[in-house]
Amino acid sequence: MSWLRQQFKQLLRHPSAVAGLVVIGGLLCLAIYAVLAIPYSEAIRLWRGGEGIWDDSPRNALPAWVNFWPGVNLPETIIVNAGSAAGKSEDTGGVKAVKVALPFDYQYDDFPSEVTIFFEAKFDQRRPQVSLLWLTPDNREIALGERGLSARERYSVSLDQRLTARFGGQTPEVGLFADPAAGEATVLKGRYELVANVLLFEEASDIDAKLVVYGKVSGVAGTDDRRRDLWLALLWGTPVALAFGLLAAAGSIFTTLIIAAIGVWYGRWVDAVIQRITELNAILPALPILILIGTFYSRSIWVMLGVIILLGIFSLGIKSYRAIFLQVRDLPYIEAARAYGAGNRRIIFRYMVPRIVPVLVPQFVLLIPSLVFLEAALAILGLGDPVLPTWGKVLNDAFQSGALYKGYYHTVLMPAFFLMLTGFGFAMLGYALDRIFNPRLRTE
Amino acid sequence: MSFVSGVISGAEGPSGGRRRAVPSTLTRVAKYTGYRAVALLLTVVVGVYLTILIANMGGYVDQIRIAQIREAAGGRVAADRQLQGLPISEIRNRIDQYVELEVKRLRLDRPFALRSLTYLTDALSLSLGRAENLTSDSGSRQVRQILLERLPATLLLFATSYLLLFFGTIFVALFLSRRYGSFLDRAVVALVPTSVAPSWFYGVFLILIFAAMLKVLPFGGMVTSPPPQSALEYGLSVLKHMILPVAAITIGSVFATIYSWRTFFLIYSAEDYVEMAKAKGLSSSTIERRYILRPTLPTIITTFSLGLIGIWTGSIILETVFNWPGLGRLLFQAVSAFDTPVVIGAEVIYAYLLAFTVFLLDIVYALVDPRVKVGEERKQ
Repeated sequence: MSWLRQQFKQLLRHPSAVAGLVVIGGLLCLAIYAVLAIPYSEAIRLWRGGEGIWDDSPRNALPAWVNFWPGVNLPETIIVNAGSAAGKSEDTGGVKAVKVALPFDYQYDDFPSEVTIFFEAKFDQRRPQVSLLWLTPDNREIALGERGLSARERYSVSLDQRLTARFGGQTPEVGLFADPAAGEATVLKGRYELVANVLLFEEASDIDAKLVVYGKVSGVAGTDDRRRDLWLALLWGTPVALAFGLLAAAGSIFTTLIIAAIGVWYGRWVDAVIQRITELNAILPALPILILIGTFYSRSIWVMLGVIILLGIFSLGIKSYRAIFLQVRDLPYIEAARAYGAGNRRIIFRYMVPRIVPVLVPQFVLLIPSLVFLEAALAILGLGDPVLPTWGKVLNDAFQSGALYKGYYHTVLMPAFFLMLTGFGFAMLGYALDRIFNPRLRTE
Repeated sequence: MSFVSGVISGAEGPSGGRRRAVPSTLTRVAKYTGYRAVALLLTVVVGVYLTILIANMGGYVDQIRIAQIREAAGGRVAADRQLQGLPISEIRNRIDQYVELEVKRLRLDRPFALRSLTYLTDALSLSLGRAENLTSDSGSRQVRQILLERLPATLLLFATSYLLLFFGTIFVALFLSRRYGSFLDRAVVALVPTSVAPSWFYGVFLILIFAAMLKVLPFGGMVTSPPPQSALEYGLSVLKHMILPVAAITIGSVFATIYSWRTFFLIYSAEDYVEMAKAKGLSSSTIERRYILRPTLPTIITTFSLGLIGIWTGSIILETVFNWPGLGRLLFQAVSAFDTPVVIGAEVIYAYLLAFTVFLLDIVYALVDPRVKVGEERKQ
């Protein structure tokens, strides 16, 4: 134990190692938080994004923290709920007239990205009628038309062609919020109100209205083109990436090590067979095999993990471990162990394998990020896990939707940032460990 | 031969003593060479056979192909005006006939175990056959044609970046090893962790910055579309498209490579004979050439030739990110299109190249480095 503590103390003297440890610790905390806060099945359900899950979320919104930038004041999403009895009702001969007012305050420098009104109507036979009126802070009234309501109705104001024509070619979300006095399209700040005059034709009939003024920023990480909150994927991508990297690295590197030790200890044909299998494995193209399996068999991340471990067992690492073990085998302490009657297994596991730990630990730490990047690479090739949100899949979705061409850089930069953080965290620790455990230079 | 013998006479290893060649060396080398050749050939055979099994998923791909043939036959019969009046049983019959013919033509009716052996002998004799789904841009179905068409693109991109990277890093590493501990040296050491991210990852950033934001370089591809007519413009266009991928490959590994060469050279420049040369007052360029580069030549040659194989296969993911029409992307397309012959064709050439390089290296290594005693149990 004192040896470990001593090594750890030495590690703390390297600033890059400390930085790496801090980053890895932070990622671990994030991973634990993700698993505790959002259950696995819930994460999958949300990321799949079925009907109605992301209705209130804007499309391609930037992260909310861009507003901390001085001079930037992009709109956040405003949701105004009517509540059931928000308006006064007048009863005239079986027809009920309800006035629903949906007021909100708009103080942003930029126009919203979309405006949508959701209705829920309760009725038996006759559909309620609604006429919509838009009141601006400078007391203009803009009629948004009349319509009959079905049980669930969605009025996408931004897609209304008549409004676009009326605003002289401006999209409705610009026209509704623009200051008519200004030449350029500028936002008129102040209190807006949407008034819905509803006619209910039945006694039990009722409606509920919700106005959503979609912003241009949302949440910690923004949203993608399918309105999904990227933070969900980034958060859940953390435990997936760490688990994938750790399991694959541990699974392949320890088996490789043990096989190398067995080969050297038993020698002769065992060694020869292991060597030949290693050379064979070097010829097999690993990434094409992964693609083959992903295409034909299963794209599940855990299947990929298994295949990566299998292909990694007889990796070329065996050759370098073998070189070290060949020297270790002839050392006096092994001979001593043999003399007191230690068995083969005891010599391999208690005497040979521990000897190589200094070489192994940095390699293990450095292998993890490369596997995390491998998962992302598979996702970019379209072979990401079909259901789980991962960083690579966010990248892939961004590429598929042409985010780079359209300028939605955050959908690429956010997952890339997390990948890089993981990569650098482990790399800084790994290289520092390498310098401590394997000092190749006398002065280093 | 003067090159090799010169190296041998100059190569005095730091750890190993000087050994005079013993008379039996030639026979030992011959025996060893033969043994290695047979072993490597066997490795290639088994490796290629395994690839055939995997690329066919043990015959599973054939099921997919038969289903595809049946679907194509159905579409063909449905589109045929003359057959539309016929009763359904007759139409079914026609489809079955067509499928049977096609299955026979593709020799899918024989058991997979037999067919896999035919594939193996064909692959090993480099008669790569015809692709099933893919065609070359000129319309050929010959696997050889398809591979040859993609080869120049991959070679151009990866050979350029490899040569730049290889000689550039060695040059910089030598420079840094002279200035061990300087600011520049420490800066390079600090930047080593950047190499943990693969080149495609930097490619994404480069595309984002230079293609999407600054709009000065293309997003991907090899030439503008349509391709320029004059050779000069064509060349310039290709060069322009190469900037980002080459930069991505370079950034992805330059610091780690410099670091490992620098450490390697530092170890050798700490040897006593280098100190001796310094004491003699030799110029630093002479010391570098004769006392540092010469003894490290075997390692440099090995690293160089092993890297050369990587050039040939290219990189699936980098070529996909940059939309580069090379072999890597071909391999990806072939796998996605269940085109087994193309996958096997690419693999068998790769296997041959790798085996050949390893074989050559074994011999060159033995010739260049007198410390390596061929045919005996080696400790390294």
